[in-house]
Amino acid sequence: MEVPILKQGDYLIATFQAALTDEDLLQLQDALVARVGKFRSRGVIVDVTALDVMDSFAARTLRALAHMVRLRGAETVIVGIQPEVAFAMVQLGLTLEGVATALDLEEALLLMNRRTKGANIRGR
Amino acid sequence: MEDEIRVPIASDADIVIARQQGRSLAERLGFTATDQTIIATAISEVARNIIKFAKRGEVVLSPAVKSSTHGIMVVARDQGPGIADIHLALQDGYTTGNGLGMGLPGCKRLMDEIEIKSDVGKGTTVMMKKWVP
Repeated sequence: MEVPILKQGDYLIATFQAALTDEDLLQLQDALVARVGKFRSRGVIVDVTALDVMDSFAARTLRALAHMVRLRGAETVIVGIQPEVAFAMVQLGLTLEGVATALDLEEALLLMNRRTKGANIRGR
Repeated sequence: MEDEIRVPIASDADIVIARQQGRSLAERLGFTATDQTIIATAISEVARNIIKFAKRGEVVLSPAVKSSTHGIMVVARDQGPGIADIHLALQDGYTTGNGLGMGLPGCKRLMDEIEIKSDVGKGTTVMMKKWVP
């Protein structure tokens, strides 16, 4: 199941479905890193509201994605980690260290605007 | 009482099937939404271990009973390389693969009981239980 990626101005928005395989996650990672360059995006928002489980593989992939996107000169915000998912992640011992998170899409856009428009090094 | 559910594990798509089946069984057994997610997460970890180390195997889900309460039993079984040191495999941060070493120690925290039987060269069986509080 391919994750749809929406281009919204300077940002890319990827919305997870419930049942994502490891393969889907890796595909999404590649697609987002490529599109940051193609669309000259300033930020990537990954909406995981519908995701049923954040296991060690998913957390590792999201962390790697955020680092790759940063190396491409853009920011990543993960939004919509559900309370049960957060609880299970903490028990499992997973962290998303170094990755920005927000409660929902609205908060993510505010955070993204602050991060990318505040220090406008590209001068646009 | 429900019958056991057997999910053959041979690809990463089967990991998703196993955790979805586990979640719906946990729901039917009366676990809370949080516990359903916790059980599905533990199933995801043990099913991925099968793919990573043994390539194929199975996850068997069934109701469990004890005198005071009932719960779910998850058995992950493979005929892979086995685990040489089970005690070490349950330590946080210990890994033989390229993971974080979170899988089995994490499952120990997520579930109420975990038991691992393994013979090097013959395979591994991980049995986990969680009880409805």
